[in-house]
Amino acid sequence: MDKTFVPADYIPILVQFAVAFGFVLITMTLTHIIGGKRKKIHTIRKEENFECGIEVKGNARFPFSVQYFLIAILFVLFDVEIIFFYPWAINFKSTGWNGFFEMLLFLGFLMFGFYYIIQKGAFKWD
Amino acid sequence: MITRYLFYFLSILALYSAIMMLISRRQIHSVLYLTLAFFAIGGHYILLNAQFLAVVHIIVYAGAIMVLFLFTVMLLNLNTEQKSPKKMSAKIGAIVSGGMLMIVLIAILRTYDISMTHDPDLTQIGLIKNLGKVLYEDYLLPFEISSVLFLTAMVGAVLLGKKEQI
Amino acid sequence: MTIFIIYKVFLCSVILILSLLVAMYSTLIERKVAAFLQDRIGPDRAGPFGLLQPLADGIKLFFKEEFMPNTADKFLYILGPSLTMLIALLTSAVIPWSIPVIIGGKIYPLQVADINIGILYIFAIVSMGVYGIMIGGWASNNKYALLGAVRASSQMISYELAMGLSIISLAMMTGSLSLKDIVEQQQGFHWNIFYQPLAFLIFLVCAFAETNRSPFDLPECETELVGGYHTEYSSMKLGFYLFAEYVNMFVSGAIMATLFFGGYHFPFVDKLGLSNNTLAVVGFFILFTKITFFGFLFMWIRWTLPRFRFDQLMRLGWKALIPLAILNILITGIVILVR
Repeated sequence: MDKTFVPADYIPILVQFAVAFGFVLITMTLTHIIGGKRKKIHTIRKEENFECGIEVKGNARFPFSVQYFLIAILFVLFDVEIIFFYPWAINFKSTGWNGFFEMLLFLGFLMFGFYYIIQKGAFKWD
Repeated sequence: MITRYLFYFLSILALYSAIMMLISRRQIHSVLYLTLAFFAIGGHYILLNAQFLAVVHIIVYAGAIMVLFLFTVMLLNLNTEQKSPKKMSAKIGAIVSGGMLMIVLIAILRTYDISMTHDPDLTQIGLIKNLGKVLYEDYLLPFEISSVLFLTAMVGAVLLGKKEQI
Repeated sequence: MTIFIIYKVFLCSVILILSLLVAMYSTLIERKVAAFLQDRIGPDRAGPFGLLQPLADGIKLFFKEEFMPNTADKFLYILGPSLTMLIALLTSAVIPWSIPVIIGGKIYPLQVADINIGILYIFAIVSMGVYGIMIGGWASNNKYALLGAVRASSQMISYELAMGLSIISLAMMTGSLSLKDIVEQQQGFHWNIFYQPLAFLIFLVCAFAETNRSPFDLPECETELVGGYHTEYSSMKLGFYLFAEYVNMFVSGAIMATLFFGGYHFPFVDKLGLSNNTLAVVGFFILFTKITFFGFLFMWIRWTLPRFRFDQLMRLGWKALIPLAILNILITGIVILVR
């Protein structure tokens, strides 16, 4: 590793962000100006939420299935574990078998947990 | 010079969004402000040349935990006005956990030596390769123990989520 | 320093315009491919072969009335599509488009940012993709939109895991996360696809899921959810949602070509004795051809396969792709160590 990496490597990302942000802002403003020119008609019927033509009952602020929530929690856990793999993978060729068995232990716990949640039916949708 | 301006900008952004997170009335706006705060802190990591940490911060906090928060806020029934929990036990719990965080922070700051600072342009420890070497050689045991922590978290999540069927 | 910034702004703008143009014409090509596969002619009224059709569509979107349901959260309603578009445009920053061009003794790299952790940057941006859809679907205050948003985000987060795991085996081989390094290692015919076919397959499936393309287009399946998360959207806001999908398609094609198909390299081209700048141009066209192939693949599959059911989708993501990716990591590790 002879090349050094400095925070300045990220300046182009900032530039890209600025360009993309500028594009989105300009387009949104432009469409607002052009599209807003014509006379707008406001009626209750028109501005109601779309509900396939029948009367709207309640609104969309209702609790939904806990299953989605469980998926989100498991996603957080697995995401963190995957992040742990990356520094290991980069150094894999230098650590050799040692590193492999270290990760195998980590992976063993992970797969045990994975087996457990599958057995408990975390991905069963009914 | 530009680093200094960026530092001030990111600090103000982080503080502003953190305060807005606390005072905004709608929960979903709070969640988005918190995400913004995480981005500002990610920017701070990059200024310190902790590149891997910065991207992990974005992936894990902004990309995973905040999505979970978003789900949670949507899962709440927002039609009924939420009365903030006034239970005594909850208050004591919040004070105790906040106080413990405070103790940890003070302990870190006490041992911190100002002469230990590195020039972010020279230090390369924040790069993924060097960090990996340190993590898998010097700090192997905490790493392996963390997998047990993940296992407990998984079991807990499934127990909570699948309660009705047991 | 100033020249550096100006050059980067120029490069970013060119890439932005390029990806928007490609996205625009992808809509036309998609309709033409669909017509071809269904034995029709497709759009042919606007200009020769319908070449002006995307332009007409774009202008129409600009002039449409901006509609907003009165129960919607106004700020978030606008934020949703803007965020989706912004995030779609950010990913292309780390893709190396070709070898550096040398003009007047100065080296101009055709890559916006050569960062040390390019793959993780992509991973981070992809994980942000959930926000735009989730915010838009929630802010509309429509039941179909909310259901579509929830489905979309659970689908995207589930497939993100398999995607992250599939790249790890690649990182083990290359020992680097910089896209530039990965491309340079594939010079000649050492394309990663020959060493990591399983990783590529997993990545491909995940790319389909992340871009919400068929057969994973459950978030917008019109038979049950009207339009999914963008049911209540109109004018350019709807345009942004639809457009971002095509930009994502283009960028994910570029990422797949870069990671697994040698990027701008093609066997024997660098041995032809071309000058550096010609080689750069040729390299760019090689990469572009590969991206076009992936674009066609996306469309081909869309008009061939039926849609999954939601529980099947989750089962495929969690019970098939994740264990497969982990198995692939173990196999890769053993093969590297034994050799």
